[in-house]
Parts: sequence; C-alpha cells; structure tokens
Amino acid sequence: MRGNLLLAVDGLRTHFFTRAGVVKAVDDVSFKLNRGEVLGLVGESGSGKSITGYSIMGLVDPPGRIVGGSIRLSGRELVGLPQEAMRALRGNRVAMIFQDPMMTLNPVMRIDRQMTEAILAHADAGEAAARARARDALVAVGIPSPDERLAAYPHQFSGGMRQRVAIAIALLNRPDLIIADEPTTALDVTIQGQILYEMQKLTRDSGASLIWITHDLSVVAGLADRIAVMYAGRIVEQGSCADVLAAPAHPYTQGLLDSVPSRNPRGARLRQIPGMAPSLMALPEGCAFRDRCPRAGRACAIAPEMEAVGAAEAGRAVRCHHPLVPHTVEDA
Amino acid sequence: MTATTIQPDGTLRVEPPPGVPLVDLRGVSKRFVKHVDLAGKIANAFGAGVREEVVHAVDRVSLAIAPGEVVGLVGESGCGKSTLGRVAVGLLEPSAGERRWRGTRVDALPAAERREAQLAMQMIFQDPYASLNPRMRVVDIVGEAPVVHGMIGARQQIEYVGLQLNRVGLDPTLMRRFPHQFSGGQRARIGIARALAVKPEFLVCDESVAALDVSIQAQVLNLFMDLRTALNLTYLFISHDLGVVRHISDRVVIMYLGRVVESGASEALFRAPAHPYTQALLAGVGSVEPVKRTFVPVQGEIPSPLDPPTGCHFHPRCPHAMPRCREAAPSLVAVEPGREVACWLTEGR
Repeated sequence: MRGNLLLAVDGLRTHFFTRAGVVKAVDDVSFKLNRGEVLGLVGESGSGKSITGYSIMGLVDPPGRIVGGSIRLSGRELVGLPQEAMRALRGNRVAMIFQDPMMTLNPVMRIDRQMTEAILAHADAGEAAARARARDALVAVGIPSPDERLAAYPHQFSGGMRQRVAIAIALLNRPDLIIADEPTTALDVTIQGQILYEMQKLTRDSGASLIWITHDLSVVAGLADRIAVMYAGRIVEQGSCADVLAAPAHPYTQGLLDSVPSRNPRGARLRQIPGMAPSLMALPEGCAFRDRCPRAGRACAIAPEMEAVGAAEAGRAVRCHHPLVPHTVEDA
Repeated sequence: MTATTIQPDGTLRVEPPPGVPLVDLRGVSKRFVKHVDLAGKIANAFGAGVREEVVHAVDRVSLAIAPGEVVGLVGESGCGKSTLGRVAVGLLEPSAGERRWRGTRVDALPAAERREAQLAMQMIFQDPYASLNPRMRVVDIVGEAPVVHGMIGARQQIEYVGLQLNRVGLDPTLMRRFPHQFSGGQRARIGIARALAVKPEFLVCDESVAALDVSIQAQVLNLFMDLRTALNLTYLFISHDLGVVRHISDRVVIMYLGRVVESGASEALFRAPAHPYTQALLAGVGSVEPVKRTFVPVQGEIPSPLDPPTGCHFHPRCPHAMPRCREAAPSLVAVEPGREVACWLTEGR
C-alpha cells in the first residue's frame, strides 16, 4: 500500500475574520501524505498546526473560514463539501484525536453509548454487533476489563485511560486518516510512552495514515516518517524525519532544535531564538521569521517560496532565501 | 566560620559555614486529611461507615540543599513534588518533620528573623496566567512586596520595579500594563521579577517553564542560569521534564507517590539510573535524534495516593518486583557517595 497517495493539501488558506482584523492562521499550506505514512506537523503555539488539522476535518467554526486551496482525500475534494457529506466522512474515513480527551467525550454519557453511536452513525449494524465491536476496540487499546469499562462514565477514567478511549473511538471505523492533535501533551511521561506505543502499533496494524500535530520534537523524532515545520501559518520546511532532524535547512528549524536542552552541553547556555513569534494579524513584510533570524538579509524582505533543497530524490523543501542546505541543482 | 560577601545590589550577605545546607528538610511529611463532615457523621450514626480520608502527599522526605546548588525534583503528577516544594518554601506547614534554614529550625527562630528567612525563600509558579493578579498593574505586582516589607520607600517603587524588569529582560516602559497584555513568556518573566524583587536567596521553581513554547522555554532557562550566577541563587527546580532538569540541575531527586526513590548527582544519575522507576522514566524520554524507535511502555498507571500499594509503592508496575517488595518499603540507602536509592534490588547487593 505504500507510495499510494491518500491526502493532498494544496495552497490551503484558513483565515479568521475577527473584529480586530483578519488572522491568517493558515496561509498557503501544501503537503502530501501517502497511505500508511506518519507525518509530524510541528510548530509552536499560534503557528497554525491545529487549524490545519481542523481544516482537513472540516471543523473550522466562524469567524474562521477556508478561503482558498484544496484538500483532496483519495482524490475527492473536501473543501466546499456540503455538511452532510462531510459528516459522513468524519469519524468514518477521517478521525481526530484531541489534546484534551475530556473535550471529545461526553461527560454525561456512558462509554458504551458513545462508542456504539459512532459505529451506528456510519454503518448499518445491530446494537449487539456494535457493542461487540466497541468492546474489541477497548481491548485493542489496552483497557483492562472492557465489559465493566463500557458501562462507566468518562469521569471514572484516569487521564491516560480517557485518552485510550478517545483513540479507540477514533479507530472504530478503521479510518484512512487519523489526525492526532497533541494527544500526549497533557499526560505523564510513563503514560505518554504507553499511548505512543499503542498508536504506533495500531496505525501499523490498520495501515492508517497519521498526522501527528505537536510542539514536541522528541515525540515525532521517534514516530514520524516525514516532518513539516510550521511558523506563523506557513510550512517553512518539510522532508523526511531523518533528513530534517539531522540537518535542518530552515534557520527556524535549526533554532528549535538548538533550543532543546538535551542538544546542548549540560549546564551551558541554551542556544535560544531571540524575540518571539509575530502576531498573525501584523506579520512583517517578506519572510515572517526574518526579525528573529541570524541569516536574514536584504532578500528576505520578499516572502520566499517553497523550494527544493538537498539531493533531488530526498524530496525536501524549504521556504527560505538562505537555507542551511543548498537548493537542489536541476540537472541539465 | 562565616564568610561575608557583598551582593551586586550592595547588600551584605552572610554565607553559612561550609557544610551547613541553606535549606534542610528532615523527615518531612505532609498529610491532607478530609475529616468526616456533618453529613458523614449523620450517615455514620446509621452505620454508613464513612471514614476520614488521608492523603500522604509527602512521606518522610529528607532533602538538604547546599548554598548555590540547583536541585531538580522530578516525578509524575500526584507524586508530591509540588507539595514538597511548597513545604520547602514555607507555604505549607509540614505535618511532621522539621525545616531548617541555614542550620536553624525555622519554627524556633525569633519572629523578626523568621520573617527575614521567609522573605529569602520565594516561589515561581507554574502557570504564568493564573499566578498573576489580573487586576493589578505590573508595577504593583512586582513592587508591592518590597514596599510592604520596607525594603524600599513607596516613592522609589517605579524606579525599583524598572530595575527588576530590566534584569529579567522586560521593557520597563511596560510596567503600567496589566498581565493580560503580555505573552506567556513575558508573564513568566514578570513572575520571576516578582520573586526576585524581595532579594531572595532560595527559589523554588514549580514547573516554571512547562507552559512555554520550546524557543521561549530556552530563553527563560537561560535567564534562570544567568540569574543564578549574577545573584548567587539556590534553586529547587521542580519539573516533570527530564531534559530540562538534566540540563540545569547539579543534583536530581526522583519522587514516586510521596517518597524519594532515588537521588544523586545529575550526570551520574542520568548515566546509570539505579531505581527501576528512574529507568522507566528515562526510557520514556524521547530524544530529538532522528532514530525510528519502538516505544516500550511501563506497565500500569500511577496508583491513587489515597490508597497506595503496600511495601514499595512502585511494585505493581515494576518489572523486577519480588515478594519482599510487596511486604516492606525499602529505605533510602547510599549506594555510592552522594547517591541514594530506595530499592530492595540495590539494598540486597
């Protein structure tokens, strides 16, 4: 199944029309995802990584709106799809796991009801068959005594267990694409390890593609096949996980990696990125990173386009006039 | 023998004699008790059997912090690390055990000295949003305490706050603003400026960088380290992030369900963790090296501190658990100089 294109996002723009002005949360984002592939979508708060995920799910609420671009899932255009058709896809072909599992689970509904509801909404199955599938899903995510747990309410679960239930619900209909929005951020280290283990196993078994949205490079480093780094609403660098982390091409990616304590000599000053991320309502002209960038020059007053870098077959691209890895030279 | 140094801000500081820790917690416990309320008592009269609920948040922990030292306190949620930090700084009274400042019991100090000692210990909180009063301007948030404690006159407040803000890298012209007008990183700096305004010697940082983005986190960590050398500060740095703790701490203490399970010099502990729980924690830490790995989880969940397991608290999740671990809790034993482990595996050797 590998090498088989599942999702193609092209020139996606999601803007929020607030009273204070237009917030360009996602501005010209393009990427492709193959079947069975894991994409790490990395960025800091306000970089637009979550809104990219919500846009694919068709979950952008007013005052936000997708104002341009296309999202194609197995060749089918999702932008402008009627609500009914989108609802048929959501929870069925595409599923999302949120950061806070309390947000996904209805606090006044028992787990069995929440799970069977997700099955019956998309399949013509009987109540008993749906319940059996729900039980199997709980077993698959490693929840002990599933029969008792089905009859429990969300507040009777611990944070880690709740997140497992959310994952089980996302996987119920064997979706082609799972979007995970920082699902381990709120969890303890040992529980985070358990969830990562389950996700890795489940996506491998089911062959689903995964978009893992996170600010934590150490999580995607061990998990993702490809990485896309976002800054101020745009993807500034993408490529294979190994290439990007071993030799980042964009100065921002380099800065992010250098900020991680374990990449610095113990006790030494961390190599920090100066300044802070610009407001999305008042982005600087040209490259959004240029005020914080050590390599910025006169050329950066003009916004750079996404250009290929490194060896041609590596499939890396970066949005920078002065990348740390040279632009790909086209063979004559 | 005491040494006197002149601080950069002109104040004199008497160093404790060598070998005397700045802060010394001895066998400190903190219990939170939920008493049986009236409804419970009435229910009990009918034989409901409602009993007092006791949480042993901190269970006989001893921790000595030398002047100038940075001690990292690590553990997962509910392990009692924040409670211990609050006891260390004096925000909570310990239920048992004693707290010493420069070798003297804090509760035995005369009132004036006790207040001085209390001022010398400050805390920086986790949430830069919840820990600043939203109705106060920065000039008052930072300047109120030094005025109240008579360190500066009310007229000097603006000038003084300006100096404090400068030191943490904030523009003093912003001091008339309210907290909501600042970003997360800037708020963290306001929290730091507030703690430093009363010239503390000992700072407890409770997850002070956890809420910040990676690039901002690096800036704040650098600020902590700069201030440490500039002001000769001592830190108790509480965090669940082992990467951060490893980077800035001289010594690390690992807690699990109210007890210390391992402590030692940072470098040695991270190189060769001795307690199975420390090993599990370290295995859970991702590196940013692009190595595809299979995540191997620790079994089970953190038990409720209301009803902790018998014996060693970690035994239900421990891959090396023996019958003995269920029966008795191992005590902290020095396995090498400066290194203590509470585990039957190491004690048996």
